[in-house]
Amino acid sequence: MSAAAVQGVAPAEQTRLFWACVHEACAALLREEAALCALDRAVGDGDHGTNMARGARAILAAEEQLRALPIAQALEKAGQLIVSHVGGASGPLYGSLLLATAHSWPSEPSVASIAAALTEGVAAVGRRGRSTVGQKTVLDVLVPAAEALRTAADTRMASESIAAMLAAADAGFETSRALRAGKGRAAYVGERSMGHHDPGAASARLCLHAVARVLLVEHSGEVG
Amino acid sequence: MTQSVAIVIVSHSLDVAKGLADMVRQMVGTQVRVAWTGGDPGGGLGTDVVKIQRALESVWSQAGVAVFVDLGGAETNSEMAVERLPAERRDRVVICDAPLVEGAIIAAAEAASGADLEHVRKAAEEFLR
Repeated sequence: MSAAAVQGVAPAEQTRLFWACVHEACAALLREEAALCALDRAVGDGDHGTNMARGARAILAAEEQLRALPIAQALEKAGQLIVSHVGGASGPLYGSLLLATAHSWPSEPSVASIAAALTEGVAAVGRRGRSTVGQKTVLDVLVPAAEALRTAADTRMASESIAAMLAAADAGFETSRALRAGKGRAAYVGERSMGHHDPGAASARLCLHAVARVLLVEHSGEVG
Repeated sequence: MTQSVAIVIVSHSLDVAKGLADMVRQMVGTQVRVAWTGGDPGGGLGTDVVKIQRALESVWSQAGVAVFVDLGGAETNSEMAVERLPAERRDRVVICDAPLVEGAIIAAAEAASGADLEHVRKAAEEFLR
């Protein structure tokens, strides 16, 4: 599938793909609830998995109503559900990500225009957390992932762009492991956070991989 | 009599929030409206945007509301709760950069003496500096 080919996807098909991605991401969060809590216990208060699972359940419970909406509106409602159900520090951060991405959602989605919307969403996370790359947060995965998707979308096929996004997310995740936490509860444990994966970076990577699994499988048979 | 600045206490723990509200009441009685909230949407330790928004609305004062928070998520969730208020109310709320217990008590004492929102915030934020 070429980047331009996404533009030809009919709205009903876009909605189906969108919800397949939502299902896969929510399933991943529910499956990894205990693992995310374990990561959080090492550097924080141990509830990141529980909080994200609560958000995933809230979105799945609302699917019937949200499915009738255009993607931008569904994304916005999902962001509001995250804000009101997740709690913790991750609620406002992931909520801001979805809300800002929704507000920039393109009327004619292409890989490039979705990457641009995602970039807006990631910028909103940075503003909300008054944080930036290198502070051992969700941004260490989201910023390079959005950047890689945006860059690749200009010249490469959709599947290659998605693969580039995943590679950047993985690299950011691994790099942040050695960092000392500069934000959130983990900053209180200081040097003890070094060598541990950040729970937020882990959940962000989990969701990106889930979305990519759907998109890459769906289009594995197509050529640009 | 004009309304005094109201106080909202946001802690990860409902017990901490309620206990601090008791301490504030002991200082200022019913002169200052005080709301407290704690706990995440699932009932565990944490904070909840919807509950914070309700707390803000429950003590709403034309003089404004000073919010006191404990750890990270309490602050970001409080910011989102403020953003969910009607536009004309948003700039009548300040989230104070002060220790939760001392800040709320100093702020309530200032509010009881009739100080405006900016003076209440300043008193709380400068207390330990």
